[in-house]
Amino acid sequence: MKNLNTNGIGRTIPSQIEGIGNLELYTSSYAHTKLMTKSDALKPRPSKTKVVKDLEEAIKLSGLKDGMTVSFHHHFRGGDFVVNMVMEVIAKMGFKNLTLAPSSLQDCHKPLIDHVKSGVIKRIFTSGLRGPLADAISRGLMNVPVVIHSHGGRAQLIESGEIKIDVAFLGVSASDVYGNANGRFGKSACGSLGYAMIDAKHAANVVLLTDNIVEYPNACASITQEQVDYIVEVPSVGDPKKIGAGATRLTKNPQDLLISRLTADVIEHSGAFFDGFSMQTGSGGASLSVTKFLRDKMLAKNIKASFALGGVTGMMVELHEEGLIKKLIDVQSFDAEAAISMQRNPNHLEVSASYYANSLAKGCAVNQLDLVILSALEIDTNFNVNVITGSDGVIRGASGGHSDTAAGAGLSIVVAPLVRGGRLPSVMDRVSTVITPGDTIDVLVTDHGIAVNPRRTDLKEKLKNVPDLPLYTIEELKNMAYKITGTPDPLEFNERIIGLVKYRDGSIIDVIRQIKE
Amino acid sequence: METKKLRRSMLFIPGSNAGMLKNSYIYRPDAVMFDLEDSVSVREKDTARLMVFHTLKSIDYRGIERVVRINPIEGPDGMDDIEAVVRAHVDVIRLPKTETVEDVLAVEKVIARVEKEAGIPVGKTKILAAIEGPLGVVNAFEIAKCSTRLMGIALGAEDYVTNMHTSRSIQGSELFQARSQIIIAARATGLYAFDTVFSDVNDTDGFLTEVNIIKQLGFDGKSLINPRQIELLHEAFKPSEKEIERAKKILIAIKEAEAKGSGVVSLDGRMVDKPVVERAMRTIALAKASGIRIEEAQ
Repeated sequence: MKNLNTNGIGRTIPSQIEGIGNLELYTSSYAHTKLMTKSDALKPRPSKTKVVKDLEEAIKLSGLKDGMTVSFHHHFRGGDFVVNMVMEVIAKMGFKNLTLAPSSLQDCHKPLIDHVKSGVIKRIFTSGLRGPLADAISRGLMNVPVVIHSHGGRAQLIESGEIKIDVAFLGVSASDVYGNANGRFGKSACGSLGYAMIDAKHAANVVLLTDNIVEYPNACASITQEQVDYIVEVPSVGDPKKIGAGATRLTKNPQDLLISRLTADVIEHSGAFFDGFSMQTGSGGASLSVTKFLRDKMLAKNIKASFALGGVTGMMVELHEEGLIKKLIDVQSFDAEAAISMQRNPNHLEVSASYYANSLAKGCAVNQLDLVILSALEIDTNFNVNVITGSDGVIRGASGGHSDTAAGAGLSIVVAPLVRGGRLPSVMDRVSTVITPGDTIDVLVTDHGIAVNPRRTDLKEKLKNVPDLPLYTIEELKNMAYKITGTPDPLEFNERIIGLVKYRDGSIIDVIRQIKE
Repeated sequence: METKKLRRSMLFIPGSNAGMLKNSYIYRPDAVMFDLEDSVSVREKDTARLMVFHTLKSIDYRGIERVVRINPIEGPDGMDDIEAVVRAHVDVIRLPKTETVEDVLAVEKVIARVEKEAGIPVGKTKILAAIEGPLGVVNAFEIAKCSTRLMGIALGAEDYVTNMHTSRSIQGSELFQARSQIIIAARATGLYAFDTVFSDVNDTDGFLTEVNIIKQLGFDGKSLINPRQIELLHEAFKPSEKEIERAKKILIAIKEAEAKGSGVVSLDGRMVDKPVVERAMRTIALAKASGIRIEEAQ
C-alpha cells in the first residue's frame, strides 16, 4: 500500500483509500476541540465554563466588526435591559454601521436614538416600534428605512439569510455555565423564549446575558449548549415588574366587555366553535375578556379546545389547568402567570417563532388555527388592517403575529372600538399603512356593530340567523364613525420613505413615509 | 299579541359625564336616564344641563328611550332643566322625590307651557315619577293616576331607607312594602313599574338576587348604574326555554279549544283559562323582545 503514515497514537494508516478519498489522521486527543484543551480537561469542573469576565470581553471574543448584524429578543417586553446595556458597550468600543435586528423594540429603547445619530446603528429590522425611538424614526432619524416584519416573517428572513445575524445577544432568566438556558426560572422569568430560539439557532455567534447562573445541567433548556458561545453574568437582565407586567388583567371597561361579548357571540355561531377547536387571542383588554366569555360558552356546551396558540396569557393558563384547553403552544408569554406556568404544566409547550408562524417553512402552527382575535389601530372598508402607524402617521405599534395568524386562521376576527378617544375613527376609507391584507380578515367586531367581510358569504348567512347581533356592512360602520368624528382629512406625508413593511412572505406590502410637519 | 314596549333596563348616566353621554347607546339598554340631579355637583348643574341638552339634540340614540332626571322644581335648577330638556325633545322626564299629586301636577304645568312655546305637541313629553320617601309610598296610587303624561312610577330606595331609619340589604325586606305598594299602584293604573338601583357593581350575585326579587314581584324593570348590569338584567328577564315551550303549548291548546268552540281547556292535567293564556302571551312577547326566535304557532 502506498503513502503509509503513522498517526498520533502510533498506528500505521494509509493517507488515502480508493473509493473514500483522503483520510485525516488522528494527531492528539484535544487537537480539534477548541472548547476543551488537555489542560482544561484536568481542571476541576467549575472552571469548565463559557462565562466570560464582562460584556466587553464577550463582544471582543465574538469577533464583532463594523457593519455586522447584531440581534436581540423582546421577551422582557418593556422591562428589557439587554438591548440598551449591550448597545452602550458596543458604542463605547467604537463600532459603527451596525444593523440591529431585534425581534421587536419597546418604549424603553429610547437610548438607541443616540446610537443611530452617532453612526453606531445604520439599519434596523423589527416587528414593532414605540415611544421616543418610534417618534424619531417617523420624523426621519435614519438614513436607511427601518424594515418592519411580522414574527413569522422574521423567522423566514433569518432562515433565508436575508437577515444574517453575526452576533446574537440573548437575555435569559436562567442559564448554566455552558449555555443551557431558558426563561422559566429566576427573578426575571419571562416564560417562552420562542423568538430567541431562532437567533440561537442561526446566529454565527451567540452571547447569553443572564442574572441567574444555575447548576449544570439546566433542564428544559430553550437554548442549548451546542448553540452558545459566551455567557455574561449581569446584575439584572430586566425589570421583573415590567417583564411580568399585567397588561393582561381582566378588564372592567364596559366598552371592552361589550366588544368581547359580541365577539364571543360571533365565535359561538361562526362554525369555528366545536369540540376540539383551536384559538389565539391577543393580550389587549377586549381580546383577553373574550377568553372569559368563551369559557362560559365552552362550559355550557361542553366544548374543549385542542390548543391555544400565541401570545399565552394567565387567563389561558387558567383554562388549561381547568381542562378546557388541552395544550398551550407558546411563542411568547404575555404575563407573569403565563411565564411560570411552564414550570408545572407539561402541556404548556414552548415553540420557536418559526414553528409558530414561518410561512415558508414546511409547516407552522398558525395554519392549524380555527380562529384568531386580532386588534387594529385602523381598518378600512376593504378590511385592510393597520397596527403600526397612529392617526398622526407616527409609528406606534407592532406587526407582531397579526398578518401571520390572519392568513393562517379559518376565522380572523378584528376587534376595535369604532371610535377611539372620542374623535378618531377606527374604520375608514383607507388605512394609512397596511400590515394585514383585507382578504385574510373575516369579520370586524366593534362596540357599535359587526361587519362580515363580503367574501365570507357563508359566515354572513350563519350570523344573520343569530337574534340580536348588530350586523352592518363595513361601509355602514365607517359612515357611523364618520358621523361621529367627521370625515378625517388625509394625512400629509413627505416623499421620503422612513419604513418598509414586509408581508410575512418577505415581500413589501407597504411603505411608511415621513409625516409632513 | 301584546306589543307593550319593553322597559327592563334604564341605564343611569351622570349628566356631567361627557364620555358616557356621547355613546352609551352602544350598550343597548331599553332606556337611558341622563341625570341632572344627585350625581351632578352644584357647581356643574349648568354645564350638565347644556351637555344633556346637546346630547338630546345631536346624538342618535337609535330608538333607545331617553329619560332625564331633573332637579326638584322648587329648587334653583328644576325649572331650567325642564326648559332645556323639553325643548330638546326628551322622551320622558323623571321627577325626583315625588311625594304628592301636586308635585306631579306642578311639573306637568311647566312642561305643557314649554311644549306650547316650543311648538311641541302638548302631552308628548312623558313623566316618570320616582317615589323616594314614605309619603310618596303612601300616596303611590293617587300619584299614579293623576296624569295622562305618566308612563311609570319608580322606586328610589336610597332616600327611602334613610327616611325609614334603616339601610339596604340584598334580601330587601326593608323595601318589601314600598315595592309592593308601587307595583300595585302601577298595575292598578296601567303604568310601568321600575325598581331602584343596585349600587355594588362588582357584586353580580347580589345584583341577580335583587333582580329575581323584583321580577317575581312583577316589576317591568330596574334602574342600572353600570353598563355591565344590562346584559345580566336582560338575561334574567329572558323567559327560560321551559317557560317558552309551556307558553307555546298553551297557545296551541287554546287555539284548538277555540276552534271547537270551548273557552276552557286542560293541558297536561292543568286547567288553562284566560289568565293563563294572558301570561303565556306575555311570555312569548317577552321572549321575542329578548331576541329569542319563535316560530309562529299554527
